Amino acid sequence: MANRQASMIEYQNIFTRVQVHGPADLGVPMKTDAWKRGNTTRSVHLFGRIGDAQVGPFYLGYLGLVSLASGAIAIMIMGFNMLAQVNWNPVQFVRQLFWLALEPPPPSYGLHFPPLNDGGWYMIAGFLLTLSILLWWLRMYRRAIALGMGTHVAWAFAAAIWLYLSLGFFRPLLMGSWSEAVPFGIFPHLDWTAAFSIRYGNLFYNPFHMLSIVFLYGSTLLFAMHAATILAVSRFGGEREIEQITDRGTASERAALFWRWTMGFNATMESIHRWAWWFAVLCPLTGGIGILLTGTVVDNWYLWAVKHGVAPSYPHLGPIVVDPALSEVPK
Amino acid sequence: MTTRTAVALAAAALIMIGIGSTFEKPLTSTVQWGYRGTGMVHVVKETARQKMALANAVPAPQDKADKTGKKASEVYQNVQVLKDLDEGEFNRLMAAITEWVAPDQGCGYCHGESGNFAEDKLYTKVVARRMLQMTQFVNANYTQHVQATGVTCYTCHRGNNVPQNIWYRDPGPDNSPLSRATGRDKPAASVGYASLPYDPFTPYLEQANPIRVLATQALPSADANNASIQRTEWTYGLMMHMSTSLGVNCTYCHNTRAFSNWEQSSPQRVSAWHGIRMVQQLNEKYLVPLQSVYPPNRLGIAGDAPKLNCATCHQGAFKPLYGVSMVKDYPELAVSAEQVAPR
Repeated sequence: MANRQASMIEYQNIFTRVQVHGPADLGVPMKTDAWKRGNTTRSVHLFGRIGDAQVGPFYLGYLGLVSLASGAIAIMIMGFNMLAQVNWNPVQFVRQLFWLALEPPPPSYGLHFPPLNDGGWYMIAGFLLTLSILLWWLRMYRRAIALGMGTHVAWAFAAAIWLYLSLGFFRPLLMGSWSEAVPFGIFPHLDWTAAFSIRYGNLFYNPFHMLSIVFLYGSTLLFAMHAATILAVSRFGGEREIEQITDRGTASERAALFWRWTMGFNATMESIHRWAWWFAVLCPLTGGIGILLTGTVVDNWYLWAVKHGVAPSYPHLGPIVVDPALSEVPK
Repeated sequence: MTTRTAVALAAAALIMIGIGSTFEKPLTSTVQWGYRGTGMVHVVKETARQKMALANAVPAPQDKADKTGKKASEVYQNVQVLKDLDEGEFNRLMAAITEWVAPDQGCGYCHGESGNFAEDKLYTKVVARRMLQMTQFVNANYTQHVQATGVTCYTCHRGNNVPQNIWYRDPGPDNSPLSRATGRDKPAASVGYASLPYDPFTPYLEQANPIRVLATQALPSADANNASIQRTEWTYGLMMHMSTSLGVNCTYCHNTRAFSNWEQSSPQRVSAWHGIRMVQQLNEKYLVPLQSVYPPNRLGIAGDAPKLNCATCHQGAFKPLYGVSMVKDYPELAVSAEQVAPR
């Protein structure tokens, strides 16, 4: 083991090259009579390079078990539908995987349950996937309570679930057709997204889409600023953020002064995490609202933006262009 | 250098080469296509431009014909379309058509080897006659799309018996054991390898289903078209076909901030609008009815006749043959047969 100075220099890297091995950390004593899980742990060197080398102990529980099972069935329904589309040919399955999809039912079924081969499998897969996600959410919530933590992680996850449900459940319900849901497929869901924006006159003019982008890019900016700040003062112990919240040390003081010098204001060791949490959570929250308004309350976001003075008008270059259909002689 | 460092460097170099190989060749230029700040630019790739210029070189016209003063129908039997054309010009056009359509097989490709040029035994001759009428129809009636540039057999054929860019109905893979075929989600050149519906031709270029999917009012209303996202994807597929066929991006016709808005579109969008109607009419009037004439090997898997779309003429160029007019050397192709005045 090198001396302290050397080890700290080693530590200032994306990869941690120094790994200290001690007795396994089994966590805090549980207040509840939680299922006493096995205390099996092991140490993985590669994990240690990017995080904690200790793997385990795991807590799966009934919620985790059912969540994984229903999620696995959902993925298998999608996968086998895709495999059937390429005539059970595994080579073609791999080659065409990015194009293949399990599509929602066609619009003709509305909100009725379609036959299995015409979107029914999609509905079942969607239900099981949703069940899996919701159970996983509950599991996160309950594990946080069991550890005496706040439930911030679960509520942040809930924000993402809100967007997922807005796209795949609430909006199709409001539109009166399951066909409005997003296909399960890699390129297909991207093409769906582009078609969605085109159909409703350009989603960029949707103010809630604008807000969502602000919080998305804002999140990455805050993440970069905070991570850079902490790394920059870790030589003064700044990475021990929790201690710095209650007992502000020189790392915290320097970091704060740095931001006051450069932009006149600084977040605190505690509040920066609330900033980041709210930015991250508001991204899908506002996005979901934007999705729910599209097609239900607004049919063409560009025209809406013109009506409300949001979209500027540009000078037109070249000859005046008129819709030729207006002068079309009816057949 | 340790072995591990060398291996790491070699791996890094391999990855960089791998990533680098996906880059576009340099030398692209952009042409401003609309008001600044709207992103309306036409991207020109130098390597593609050179290749396309070679592929679109126009053959020299046939030498001027010596007029004999006799109509083709007076000299030859069974002349149905070019009846009133001077015999000399008729023969000149036949030579040109041979060069454009059957340079390897010669006259016999349509007229057979019997020596009787008047007989209609070969399907190729029946089709050629109809195509001649179609060419005249386009030049005489669709100037809103082909302008004075016009089209000739060469616009589509380019020395091939059958134009390289034709389409048949694509029913796609059969219904799978688990799900009904949805007509989308496979890698298809027809829509630029998107996962969009891969046969947008049948609904929009053979049939005339409505293409417009956007609402014309900001708020939902009872008279809005209420197109579903799935129908939007069909229109999107057709647009991908148009874009790849012309070698242009969306902004060649549209201001992409408001795809449906005509006031902000380029005049090219009006040409394209007429082009869609032209293709619909040509397929309906000329190509589909030839189905019974073709031998089975010329039909599609659905048993349908070969049909045309944007790529049939454009072949990757925003104007076929980059706007060089060949029809000016063959004025008989620019008038509908009924309107040919006796000389």
